[in-house]
Amino acid sequence: MTELIKHEPTTIYIKPSRGLAALNLRDLWIYRELIFFMVWRDVKVKYKQTLLGMAWAVVQPVMTMLVFTFVFDRVAKLPTDGIQYEVFSFTALLPWGLFVTALNQGSRSLVAHNNMVTKIYFPRLILPMSSVFAGLVDFAIAFVILIGLMFYYKVTPAWQYLWTLPLFLLLAVVTALGVALWLSAINVKYRDVNHALPFLTQFWLFATPVAYSFSTLSEKLQIVLSLNPMTGVVNGFRWALLGTGNGPDITLWISVVISILIFISGLFYFRSMEKTFADTI
Amino acid sequence: MTTAISVRNLGKRYQIGAAETRFRYNMLRDVLVDTLYAPVRLAKALVGKSDRRTNQNFVWALKDISFDVEEGKVLGIVGRNGAGKSTLLKILSRVTEPTEGTVSVRGRVGSLLEVGTGFHPELTGRENIYMNGAILGMKRTEIDKKFDEMVDFSEVGQFIDTPVKRYSSGMYLRLAFAVAAHLEPEILVVDEVLAVGDAEFQRKCLGKMNDVAQQGRTVLFVSHNMSAILRLTQEAIVLKRGELIKRAPTPEAVDFYLSSGQAESGERVWEAEEVPAASAPFRPIRLRLKDKSGKVIDTVRSTEPVSIEFEYQLDAPVTGLRVGMYLNTMRGEYVFTTFDTDDAQQYEQFGARQSGRYVSCCQIPADFFNEGRYSLGVNASSFGVRRYFMDENALSFNVDISGAPGTQWPEIRQGPIRPRLDWKIEKIV
Repeated sequence: MTELIKHEPTTIYIKPSRGLAALNLRDLWIYRELIFFMVWRDVKVKYKQTLLGMAWAVVQPVMTMLVFTFVFDRVAKLPTDGIQYEVFSFTALLPWGLFVTALNQGSRSLVAHNNMVTKIYFPRLILPMSSVFAGLVDFAIAFVILIGLMFYYKVTPAWQYLWTLPLFLLLAVVTALGVALWLSAINVKYRDVNHALPFLTQFWLFATPVAYSFSTLSEKLQIVLSLNPMTGVVNGFRWALLGTGNGPDITLWISVVISILIFISGLFYFRSMEKTFADTI
Repeated sequence: MTTAISVRNLGKRYQIGAAETRFRYNMLRDVLVDTLYAPVRLAKALVGKSDRRTNQNFVWALKDISFDVEEGKVLGIVGRNGAGKSTLLKILSRVTEPTEGTVSVRGRVGSLLEVGTGFHPELTGRENIYMNGAILGMKRTEIDKKFDEMVDFSEVGQFIDTPVKRYSSGMYLRLAFAVAAHLEPEILVVDEVLAVGDAEFQRKCLGKMNDVAQQGRTVLFVSHNMSAILRLTQEAIVLKRGELIKRAPTPEAVDFYLSSGQAESGERVWEAEEVPAASAPFRPIRLRLKDKSGKVIDTVRSTEPVSIEFEYQLDAPVTGLRVGMYLNTMRGEYVFTTFDTDDAQQYEQFGARQSGRYVSCCQIPADFFNEGRYSLGVNASSFGVRRYFMDENALSFNVDISGAPGTQWPEIRQGPIRPRLDWKIEKIV
């Protein structure tokens, strides 16, 4: 305890932050270990004191897949580009599940950790970021199930496109983070977000070709739907894994651009609200 | 000497009242109107324009504060509630941003406020140490190095791999404190007003603060406890309504604080809308603490008597009325309960009261309180019939024990009262 400080302490300047220069990515880098710890804690705590434990990460998407299969395949008999419906829907449910978890946890992250926000300094960006990253663990578990499903139904993966999968995963993460940044910052001031979330996720699910096939839509509808960045993600996943759809076309690029716009604007909105988080939360 | 903290023209403005006006519904009609207005409000909020009527409600919690603290100094910060002490500490620890002005801080700022922040009940002691350390800005290697020391300090030993939800509250606090105490910041801020825990724990905090100061680190210490300020700091600043009104060696600053500018605190006034309709015909007006010269005070000197005045209005005659006061310590222990008609004769005379305005005044003798903070509750009832009004925390105040029995020893005395008792010492052999 009596160990002396070897390095010269750095001087911190505190002043009202103005404009867009305040992103402060340097602090984010200094606190990078905290992101790791937060993710680790979320994962560790998430399924504590549950009977099924980590199995929940499997049960949730599988149950959704079964319901979808019953409603949209056995009853409604939707076309699936020639893929077994179970595999077809599960491929889309993977990134969708990641997105929903990120959206729900991320949007509530600031309010849920309000004792941290009102007591200590750390880059607030860490909270929504770590919520989103924590969803990746569930994603990885569900991915193993998908591999099993593909074996079971003897669906051959699209080997030649598989390398693009990480890029689509990145697109999913960027989209989720962008939306989480917006909603978490709004949630600090207006708790309306909590009430809007269940409705929003439901609406968003049907505006994304998870349960149905994108290629059966009219061209006009395809363009409209691609304004939803998750459309690009889901189509990308199906293309990279199953080889269905057209691959990167105009609809994908629309999704990518929208996703980046949401992310960048979310970043700046978050930063501009950040200075009053501790006062308004 | 290098400067550790340099504060220049610091100001912090808060918006007040925006939320409160919205949620004060009186009638169903208001609720309906408010609901219909919701889409308009949403639109306004999204384009960044809030309601005009709320826009003007600003309050400056801090205004034009400038001071420097040299490295290794312990600076006390005093002021009554709402003077801006906590806001100042929050800005220094970067929890909130100032509205204007600048601060430069040399080194890491740690605070004993942060005790246990981010602790998760499901995680084990070990995991929480790492988690909490990271939140406080420690590197993993740094935590590894100090881990054993922290465990020793916390005395949780064998339970280190047990989830902290199984810990006793004492163990929990000790573990949390161990992490905060090993952060070794260059600058430590201590807000005793907000400190949690029992007396033992608070003593540990103050002890740690002393160690830190002796290692040549800079400490900022906020307290309502003047004897602690006097004991632990050499220099102090006095804040009043967000302004720095005095900086001086501690004894001088404390004296200035206790003897000046304390009006209109130590008083609680009930506005008409704060009084529930159900309390009619009883209507509280104000509650005040006065010293022996009749001045309203918020810091009671233990060595002087104090009177508590409760003024109220009876809008109709009341029979069997008793107006009472409850005194609590901040930890929620009752010190006493008393009623204005406890005395049988008094009850005969004032048991039935005509409508009109009354003052019930209670005298507390000198040499009664121990140091610390107390909370005063008021109550008006007719025994066995009805309770008209109750406010369990109507007013809180601090007690300064300078000159009280035993203050020649700089230690904390247990118990809420500190009477001057008659001791006789005889040599019998």
